[in-house]
Amino acid sequence: MRRGEVVLETRGLSMHFGGVKAVDRVDFALWENELRCLIGPNGAGKSTFFKCLTGQLVPTMGDVVIRDVQVAGHEPHEVARLGVGIKTQVPNVFDGLTAQENIWISARRWHGKARADTLTAETVERLKLGDIRSKLVGNLAHGQRQWVELGMVVAAEPWLVLLDEPAAGMTHEETERTAELIREINRSAAMIVVEHDMQFIRMISKQVTLFHEGRILMEDTMEAISANPKARDVYLGHRT
Amino acid sequence: MRLTGDFRGTVVVAILGVLFTLIAPSVLEFFTILTLTQVIGLAILALSLGLVWGYGGILCFGQTAFFGVGAYSYAVAAVNFGGSTGAILVGVLVAAAFAAILGYFVFYGRVSDVYLAVITLTVALILYSLIRRTSGPEYKIGNALLGGFNGTGAPPINVPGRPDIILFPEHTFYVAMGALILLYLLCGWLVTTHFGRVCVAIRENETRAELLAYDTRAYKLGIFTIGAAVAAVGGIFFSVGVSRVTPDVFSLSQSALTIIWVIVGGRGTLIGPILACFALYYLTGSLGTQQVLNTNLVLGVILIAFVLLVPQGVIPGIAGWLRNRRGKRGDRARERRMRMRRPRGAAVEDEA
Repeated sequence: MRRGEVVLETRGLSMHFGGVKAVDRVDFALWENELRCLIGPNGAGKSTFFKCLTGQLVPTMGDVVIRDVQVAGHEPHEVARLGVGIKTQVPNVFDGLTAQENIWISARRWHGKARADTLTAETVERLKLGDIRSKLVGNLAHGQRQWVELGMVVAAEPWLVLLDEPAAGMTHEETERTAELIREINRSAAMIVVEHDMQFIRMISKQVTLFHEGRILMEDTMEAISANPKARDVYLGHRT
Repeated sequence: MRLTGDFRGTVVVAILGVLFTLIAPSVLEFFTILTLTQVIGLAILALSLGLVWGYGGILCFGQTAFFGVGAYSYAVAAVNFGGSTGAILVGVLVAAAFAAILGYFVFYGRVSDVYLAVITLTVALILYSLIRRTSGPEYKIGNALLGGFNGTGAPPINVPGRPDIILFPEHTFYVAMGALILLYLLCGWLVTTHFGRVCVAIRENETRAELLAYDTRAYKLGIFTIGAAVAAVGGIFFSVGVSRVTPDVFSLSQSALTIIWVIVGGRGTLIGPILACFALYYLTGSLGTQQVLNTNLVLGVILIAFVLLVPQGVIPGIAGWLRNRRGKRGDRARERRMRMRRPRGAAVEDEA
């Protein structure tokens, strides 16, 4: 099922914090239109790996190449400028602005005022944020804030989307809606999703990359990983 | 789409400002009008920090550095040019260039917020010390003596292109008020533009703004430089109002006072700091005439009271209170409607 070209690739990517090798010589490739989940126990290095991709961390060694552009060591805005939509683990939203304004700021980066206004309205509609559009994001519930952040990602119309724990702290119903949205985004964009929630991963994933101690332990479908005794041992075994 | 306040409100306030300008000379004493020009200069300084801190989220503790650089550059240029026409432009441009250079290192060097406050304050204090040491005939730029701690004379404003026609003090008052109102409108418009909205977004969450592909350094540098240019205009009118510019424009107390105006007036509003500046100026002025209370002590108490009781400042505080009241009234009205609907609903059921 791997077809098309590689859109994101890391070669020998390493991130060391003092003596700790959080990410250790990782070779990774994401293909066009792919939806890849990164899983692994706490401290496996998946969030550090994620931050190296988004420019929030400068890797100690190695390359990150997004569509032939070397981005390791570049600023986050330069990575985003390539058309990459990013959602961080802790929701990063504009608390003092309304939900609608949050999304508008994202849309307006790429379009003139008129197009940004329509795109904002469409995104609010698409994510069903109508009830909270005029509320300050700082006053919203955690799950709603996550959705506003997803709305900002969607409104930028990215071709590559990187999400760090998009379903964290969401109710079951919200998680299902998020999974649905992710499948929808995946129709027009390649995606990497870092996630903890096994059920959520089963809802969305085709291909899963399992991190362990800063390295990729295996890469396969969720079913294959669930069935693998070694994978169960490092991760799944701890979670029943 | 509405973002931070709407521009119509800004226009309404500006119209009130115009009315005040027209009425003031016939109501107030001549001496008050004279002092008003320098207070307007300070109000423009308050406006500039209201923009940079309140909207840009940049706590520039040394906004007075640009105020002072603008004032000194104006004075020196006006003495050399023999008129104010080009000197005003020089004052603004020198201050803006100074801010652009300082801001480049601070923002592109990713200096954190707290250090930025310390660095800008330090710059103002360095200028204070430096300019105080310039007494003596050797410290001269063209024909203008810098004058050390006595300062240097700031020539009055003349009709553009006519150095021989100097404005009367009441005319200078009109010009200063005109500048304040125009700059207020300009800043009010700026915060509704795409640029202004991004600055507010950066204030709210810089990481998110970066992840949305905005180069936050450039935006911060932009609003910082614009703020410095506005502060310079304030410095020019202040020095024209006093007819002198002394190192005190860079002093610690002036820097602190500027911060107090914005805290009292409220961050996230432009009119708040302006009104707070006028109010506190007259408060300290009237306190100065009595001997019971120390002025600085009173200012300190005001600052502490505001930080503890009205941390968002007067104008946002009042706006929030009004919104709450309206909200509650709306709730009560809704309750009344609900109560009225219920019996009617019951009646319908009876008919059925």
